[in-house]
Formats: sequence, C-alpha cells, structure tokens
Amino acid sequence: MANHQDDKIDKKKRSFLIAATTVTGAIGAGAIAVPFLSSMTPSERAKAAGAPVEVDVSKIEAGSMITTEWRGQPVWIINRSKAMLDGLKKNDPNLSDPNLDVISQQPSYCKNATRSLKPNLLVLVGICTHLGCSPSAKLQTQGDMGENWNGGFFCPCHGSKFDLAGRVFKGSPAPINLVVPPHKYINDNTLLIGEDNKG
Amino acid sequence: MKTEIKTKKSKGGLMAWVDERFPLSSLITNHLTEYYAPKNFNFWYFFGSLAMLVLVLQLVTGIFLTMHYKPDAELAFGSVEYIMRDVSFGWLIRYMHSTGASMFFVVVYLHMFRGLIYGSYKNPRELLWLFGVAIFLCLMGEAFFGYLLPWGQMSYWGAQVIVNLFSAIPFVGPDLSEWLRGDYLVSDATLNRFFAFHVIALPLALCGLVFVHLVALHEVGSNNPDGVEIKKNLDKKTSIPLDGIPFHPYYTVKDLVGVSVFLIVFALIIFYLPEMGGYFLEANNFIPADPLKTPAHIAPVWYFTPYYSILRAVPPVLNSQFPGVAAMGLSVLAFAFLPWLDKSKVRSIRYKGNLFKRWIALFVVSFFILGYLGTVPSNVWGQFSNAIPVIGGVDKATVVARIFTITYFLFFALMPYYSKKDKTKPVPSRVSYK
Repeated sequence: MANHQDDKIDKKKRSFLIAATTVTGAIGAGAIAVPFLSSMTPSERAKAAGAPVEVDVSKIEAGSMITTEWRGQPVWIINRSKAMLDGLKKNDPNLSDPNLDVISQQPSYCKNATRSLKPNLLVLVGICTHLGCSPSAKLQTQGDMGENWNGGFFCPCHGSKFDLAGRVFKGSPAPINLVVPPHKYINDNTLLIGEDNKG
Repeated sequence: MKTEIKTKKSKGGLMAWVDERFPLSSLITNHLTEYYAPKNFNFWYFFGSLAMLVLVLQLVTGIFLTMHYKPDAELAFGSVEYIMRDVSFGWLIRYMHSTGASMFFVVVYLHMFRGLIYGSYKNPRELLWLFGVAIFLCLMGEAFFGYLLPWGQMSYWGAQVIVNLFSAIPFVGPDLSEWLRGDYLVSDATLNRFFAFHVIALPLALCGLVFVHLVALHEVGSNNPDGVEIKKNLDKKTSIPLDGIPFHPYYTVKDLVGVSVFLIVFALIIFYLPEMGGYFLEANNFIPADPLKTPAHIAPVWYFTPYYSILRAVPPVLNSQFPGVAAMGLSVLAFAFLPWLDKSKVRSIRYKGNLFKRWIALFVVSFFILGYLGTVPSNVWGQFSNAIPVIGGVDKATVVARIFTITYFLFFALMPYYSKKDKTKPVPSRVSYK
C-alpha cells in the first residue's frame, strides 16, 4: 500500500504541518526558557539586603575618612578639611566632568561644588566607574602621586584618578565620576545611606 | 574516509556477541587500526592528544575536588585550605587541577599554533577549526569560572572586572552584568552559579565539542606539515593512502612518548613549582576575598594576559569603555575567521613565502609582548617626558601595548592581502620528511 502512495502525498499539507509544529515547539521552548533565565536575576533576599545603613559621623576627624558597607559595596565618608575643599577648585581644568553634567552619578541635591549635603562631608560609593575595583585613598597632597596632586583616590587596577569630590581626571580609563549614593542626615551626627527625602 | 565505512564483525566469542548489538569492532577499525593518518607527523602533532589527556585529568581531579569543596562565600576559601591541609592527598589533587588549568592552555596554544603554521584551518577543515575555536572559548569560560571558586582576593576582583566588562555593552550592559552576577556585586549568588557553570554546564559543552571536533577530524582526515592531501594518492589495489599509516599502533605509540614527556614536566611543576612564581596561582589569591578592598595590583592569570593588555591599551571613546571591551572580544574571535582570511594557494608554512612568515613572526612577538605587559602594572616602565609632543606624560608600557595591539589586529586584517601577494613555492605531490 505504501509503495503506491507517493503521488497521493499532499506536500502542501505536510509542509504546513511541519511549519506549524516547528513554530509551536519554538514558542514552547522560548516560554520555558523564561523561568530559567529569570531565576538568575537577583533574588528577593538579595534585593532586601539593599536596606539603608545608619552611620555616626561625629567621630570622623577632619582630613580623614571611614569606610562602611551598603548593598555589599564599600561606601566612603570623607570629612574634608578646609585646605582639601580649597584644593577642589584647582582640579577643575584637569577633570573630565567638573560641572557634574552626567546626572546619574549624584542625586540632584548633591549637584554642587562639593558634591555633598554638608560641605565638608562627602559620601561616595567606593567602586571605580571603570571596571568596579575599589580605588585606594590618596588623601594627602603630593606624596607618591606627584607634584600637582591635591588629594583624592587612585584605582590600582587600571590607574584611574579621582579628586576629593570623586570627580574623575582626564586621561583615566574610568569614563565618569564616582557615584554619590542617595543619603540624608537624620540628625546632626547621624547619616542614613540608601534613603533620601525625595523618597 | 567516509566512503569506506567498514562493517567488520568478529567470528565468535564475546566480541561477536557485542558486535551483534553494538558496532565495537568496526569502530576500532574505522577510527584506530584502519584510520590512516599522514606518515610525516612531527613534534607539533603531540598537542592534540595531550589536550585530551589534560581534559581527562581536569575532569577526574575536578570530581574529587568537588567532594570536599563548598560553593558558599562563607566557606569556600576555608574549604580550599581544608583540601590543601587536611584532606588526604588533597594538596596533590588540587595542585594537579590548578597546574592542569595552565597546562591546558599551554598545549592548546601550541595546538593552535600548529594549525596556524600548517594551514590546518584551510578547506576542507574550516568546520574542524571552528569547533576548535568553540572549544577554546569554552576553555576560557571554564578557566574564568573556576578561578572564582577559591574565593581569594584575586578571584573576587578578577570576576568583578570581567563581569563588569559586559556592563560596557551599550543599552543592555548593566542589566546583563547584574543578571550574570545575580546580585548588585559579586557575591555568594555569583559564586554558587559560577560553580554550576564550572562543574556541569561547561564541562558538558566541552566534551560535546571535543566529540564533534574528532568526528570532523575523522571525516576530513588530518592535515600534515607539508599540507599535502594524502587522500589524493591512493594505492590502486587497496585504496589506502600511500602516505598514510594506521593510527594504531603507529601514532598511539608516538603519542605515548609525548604523554610520558608531558607527565614528567607536569609532575615537576606539581611537586616543585605549583605556583610557578605567581603565574599559575597568584599570591593575592591566598588572601580571602574582601569586597571592600581591591589588592594593590590585579592581573589575570598568564593565559588571559594578551587579551587583557588589548583591553587596557584601547582608550575610552566618547565616555564609553566599550571599544576596549569590543577589541578584546575581537582579539579572541579573530581566530574563527582565519579559514576565510588566508587566500594563500598553499597550506603549509614550508611552501609559503617570506611575507607570510614575517607576519606570523610579528604576530607571535605581539602575542608574547602583550602577554607580558598584561602581567604588570601599566606604569611599569614609567612615563614619557612631558617635553615629547602627543605621547608626553603617557605610560611607556601603554604606548608599547598600543603598537602591538595594532600589529596583532593587522596580522588578521591584512591577511587577505599579503597571503595573496606572497610568493609561494611549488608543493610536492607526496609528503616529505624534513
């Protein structure tokens, strides 16, 4: 029986069925891929770990800094001395973005000359905007950073340089300034990182 | 040799019983005792079989390490030290695995170089070569995922940098790298999934790719140092290639010699130089991962350094680091295009002209210099004096890396041109020994 059926095969019907089966199968495979790919995104627990952190800033001496942790990232709080703040302006000609035009790098309330709420206290995420290393503090002027150094940060991975407002120097591999995280002061001495008044 | 698939069967006994149910005898015949390989293989033909040996070593040592290792950010570092100190012969198994990783790249680089000089990627072996490139990519993934597992400082910051490379991709980048990490930074979730990739996903893919690499090889037959197609000269009666000899016993025995020498070298490294002065295992990786502090100098393991140098050498364009990342990706993928870039009439370097030879030499030099520069900080040679225009104040090493990055890419980009222009020598019809 099978030998004599060649001329009776409906090739159009057959290719329609093949196409329909392929498309249905592909949609099914695509749909089942969603839960698997989605399982790799940050879990609810990882998201919850991003809760705000309280820090007592009264014990940071002028000219020094502390490092705390928020969302597992290092966050620096630098209490800049008068001399350090005066040095900021001198860096402007050598910076990539002295006027903070890249708005994603700081909340609007920190888009000012010192990039901070209180002029002396700078809050920065200590992660280089190049490839995510944590830069080393080079707070002192000159030293091993050369004659014209007004204090700042140096990334050991690829040599990016930042000033004491976290602004990146021209010629660094890092394209943009360090991030100022959302933060606010609960009272004069207590800083809350991860939450601000804008909600 | 697909035209002459033999269905050989044993006459009696256990073998006959098996052959009725599984083509064991014909597999042995078709792929070993009557698989004809060119008779003029030389030193460079050891590295394919050695790569197989290292793959088996990595699989076996890996299984035994998995019995003691804990993929948990709190426990991982400690469990590796536990393997090194408390598990019976744990140090040996771990050093075999870590040394094996570096030796894998040594033999694979030599294997690839063999393909490069003898034109083993040329028609009809393009797919064989592409499977090989896929194996190389898989191997790089294996090495990268595996390097995070000890959860040392270098593991941690290396992974941080590499995963962040993906965030340089326009538009989807940041979401993509977050998806890869499963967190906002490299963390326990990242370690756990890298472990899954390292012990299940990529080894499976690797074994599958090695299988199709071998299937393709046995379909088209091996190339040889002369680049002569041995299937063109068949014995009139038997239709066996006149320049071919059975793989077994001739090349199984030859490969055994290679294996013996390799294992001597391998053992010497494991017992006397397991860290290879910081090149196989970096000093910073004996410090537990600290997400708050980057080590003063971070560098990848030696086998990634040429590409890492290229990444560092390319400056950001329009506030974006994507060009550097793209250049690094292209420097690895460039190998895949070789079959179509080489327009030479001949395969082997023996019959290619001086032009091609000089370019290969330049490529090898670039590869080594970039490789070296990737292991050191970019200010290693200091800066050019500010008095010099254009390059004044720039790190000397960066300028050198840029020059050799350009020659690295020119080797590929100009190949269609110089391989055509090259004065080739006539290729003999039969293989030679020299």
